Amino acid sequence: MASTGDLTQAGYRPAWADTFPKLLRFQAATRGDRPASREKAYGIWESWSWSQVQENVRELACGLHVMGLKRGDKIAIVGDNRPRLYWTFVAAQSIGAIPVPVYQDAVADEMRFVLDHAEIRFAVAEDQEQVDKLLEIKDRCPLLERIVYEDPRGLRHYDHRAIEAYDEVQKRGREFALANPGFLDAEVDRSKGGDVAVMLYTSGTTGQPKGCMLSFDNLLITAENAARFDRLTADDEVLAYLPMAWVGDHIFSFAEAYVAGFCVACPESGDTVLNDLRELGPTFFFAPPRVFENLLTTVTIRMEDAGALKRRLYRFFMDVAKRSGSRIMDGEPVSAIDRLLYRVGRWLVYEPLKNTLGFTRVRICYTAGEAIGPDMFAFYRSLGMNMKQLYGQTEAAVFIAMQPDGQVKRDTVGTPAPQVDIKIAESGEVLFKSPGVFLEYYKNPKATAETKTPDGWVHTGDAGYLDQDGQLKIIDRAKDVGKLKNGALFAPKYIENKLKFFPYIREAVAFGAGRDRVCAFINIDMAAVGDWAERRNIAYGGYQELAAREEVYELIRGNVEEVNRDLASDPHMADAQIAHFLILPKELDADDGELTRTRKVRRGTIAERYAALVDALYSGRDHVDLKMEVRFEDGRTGAIQGRVRIDQATIFPRAGNAGAAAPAPGRKAA
Amino acid sequence: MERTRPIGDVLLQVDDISLSFGGVQALSGVSFDIRRHEIRAIIGPNGAGKSSMLNVINGFYHPQQGRITFKGQTRRRMRPHETSSQGIARTFQNIALFRGMSTLDNIMTGRLLKMHRNFLWQALWWGPAEREEIEHREHVERIIDFLEIQSIRKVPVGQLPYGLQKRVELGRALAAEPELLLLDEPMAGMNVEEKEDMCRFILDVNDEFGTTIALIEHDMGVVMDLSDRVVVLDYGRKIADGSPDAVRGDQKVIDAYLGVSH
Repeated sequence: MASTGDLTQAGYRPAWADTFPKLLRFQAATRGDRPASREKAYGIWESWSWSQVQENVRELACGLHVMGLKRGDKIAIVGDNRPRLYWTFVAAQSIGAIPVPVYQDAVADEMRFVLDHAEIRFAVAEDQEQVDKLLEIKDRCPLLERIVYEDPRGLRHYDHRAIEAYDEVQKRGREFALANPGFLDAEVDRSKGGDVAVMLYTSGTTGQPKGCMLSFDNLLITAENAARFDRLTADDEVLAYLPMAWVGDHIFSFAEAYVAGFCVACPESGDTVLNDLRELGPTFFFAPPRVFENLLTTVTIRMEDAGALKRRLYRFFMDVAKRSGSRIMDGEPVSAIDRLLYRVGRWLVYEPLKNTLGFTRVRICYTAGEAIGPDMFAFYRSLGMNMKQLYGQTEAAVFIAMQPDGQVKRDTVGTPAPQVDIKIAESGEVLFKSPGVFLEYYKNPKATAETKTPDGWVHTGDAGYLDQDGQLKIIDRAKDVGKLKNGALFAPKYIENKLKFFPYIREAVAFGAGRDRVCAFINIDMAAVGDWAERRNIAYGGYQELAAREEVYELIRGNVEEVNRDLASDPHMADAQIAHFLILPKELDADDGELTRTRKVRRGTIAERYAALVDALYSGRDHVDLKMEVRFEDGRTGAIQGRVRIDQATIFPRAGNAGAAAPAPGRKAA
Repeated sequence: MERTRPIGDVLLQVDDISLSFGGVQALSGVSFDIRRHEIRAIIGPNGAGKSSMLNVINGFYHPQQGRITFKGQTRRRMRPHETSSQGIARTFQNIALFRGMSTLDNIMTGRLLKMHRNFLWQALWWGPAEREEIEHREHVERIIDFLEIQSIRKVPVGQLPYGLQKRVELGRALAAEPELLLLDEPMAGMNVEEKEDMCRFILDVNDEFGTTIALIEHDMGVVMDLSDRVVVLDYGRKIADGSPDAVRGDQKVIDAYLGVSH
């Protein structure tokens, strides 16, 4: 049935296998006995081979057909990462239907929008929780006919006119397949690579989500290119733990696995991911910076609680790793003593630590989504983990830029991915063209036209530039990027992120668009600075008092100057260094409307509320008296008043100019 | 969602039970029944005799007067392990778990009465005892999955937050595959979210395993939502018995809770 035939350019699959169902046919024929899916059930890892997966998918596909799912229909998939839900994607595609994964933590109303917009007739849900949400919105989604559930628990006494068990659907599919042996193969052959494979709703920060339609070609070609790029093989293994509705999971835990033929494991539950990670030891791992941050925090806390000897060993060898770990990995010269120490450290600290985290077998690990802190990036790399960054979007089927092995930089997102062209618009916005460029937004030609130019370039909405090594550097959302009066590029979030990487700085707000210099508000991190102050016997009564201390200003000025030094080394940013800053006398708070509920700064609101402070920053004074109203957590309002100091920071000459190597000491007036 | 369950015949019949400790009359002449598959609540003000009633059913206290009929068998004097092997399991008002043992091991102890190999076989471990242990572990894993406590499987119970400990205790009671499950204030000291979870688990236990449940609870909202029938005790006497709605409107119950001059 599955002859190998001509392979595609990247060499992973025959050219005829241009859809997921056909690719499954190929994988079942070439490595039928090898594991394809794993799931931990009742405390034991269960595996399904590629041929077992194929059997299950075929039965389910027939079952969905019997239920009434037709070519071109959309079917919603809601739940945590489960093998059966991944199989549902391929089962639906087998009969020409389009799967639409929905975020499992979406509240009923958000779900309603997607179901309504995508004209969903059938939904496959994981459990009672999801079924309840779907039933709640069923009245307002008149097209929704049936809900298939995977886990029957708690659903026994529900009205079964609208819901049906997954096993039941599959059973009827099995009977149908026996009676109609040729049906499914014919259906599978009708789909082509250019057809819509999946619809992924992007969680727009503004307005309603958009249904991004990706074709089989989009997904398979980009996945295959990326697999070639990192030399993925059928021996790799991943843990699927990120939301299925997110394009990253769809590529890393689904498309790449089908292309390269490796096994995807699903955790037992959302709470057991760390444990499962450790048991499995994946070879290929993808996570947003937040996950790495949490892991590092856990390690740090546990080391603080460890005995004195362990603690000292850990500190000593982590210093060794910091000095030489990354350099050894990149093949740079390292002294013989450090090389030896690193070996010993590997045996005593690094490998045991990686084992605890489940990273012993990790060959490649990616982080993306947000900027990652320099310390964190250095920590994992110094352990000998090949951590890299990439830049992607739903509209590109993920890959726009990625870092090749050995060319990893902390502050870039890598060179253009295979077959991707990148260009920077006049405005500084990054545009790209690739085989992964989405077909269109579902029922939204206006948004499609705004995003995709007629000649095929896609607007990313992010501003960035290519550095001297050809690596892409993303600095900010394009709409937030401004210019100083002298025309220098000013990217507020870029500067704020750099400031926030310091543990003592909790929030930062940078000003500068249309002004002659950059100034910043700083919010200190109460816990970190408080602890720092205690260890130095600095007395303080509360946030406001601590924030006004001369010593604290000294500490923060050091951080700000560190950022300036960093900015000076970047030719695009050297002119946007922070000249003046002040530490806000109160913490920015969502209750006062200064932050969003997800803790993003509301630049506009803050500039308005603290107009007096902003003016003072630009007036050249060294202090300002402030009185303002605040709202307490219990709803009462009160006023804070006091004198706020304004401090200035050293501006460093731009790198490459004379004296850049040794910046002038002391402070220079802006 | 409307729950439709087949409420069956009488599973446990309590007849004219009187219990006293010295001069204190804890229960006097209490009679009621519990039907198969139902959720039966026992409520009442502090010191009304609710926990004493559970202890009597459980065989922990021996009433001076009265009869208890469980599955058609009437008993006068019975010890807790005998009631346990008859199919009655319970949880406690104050958590009574082995704090140094893991969640898994704690729930495994609930299977003890179902283990048939003697001490010698257990010590030898290989062969029949091993097979038996695997069988029991499988059952326990189903309970762990059911109660969604996979992530704390190997965590010592003493390290767990209160709400989770309560769940582990429920798990241990379920491990004995009881026909009648006695819950003594399963929701005491929990926050709203933990209460909601616990309610769902109680309903699910009742649905999935068909277990009959008798519970003592102070949270009236919970009692009225969960239970099929409610019996109200006050000063060791039964003052009302019926559906939640009927009990709620009963003047004697209102008086008992709000207090009137006697």
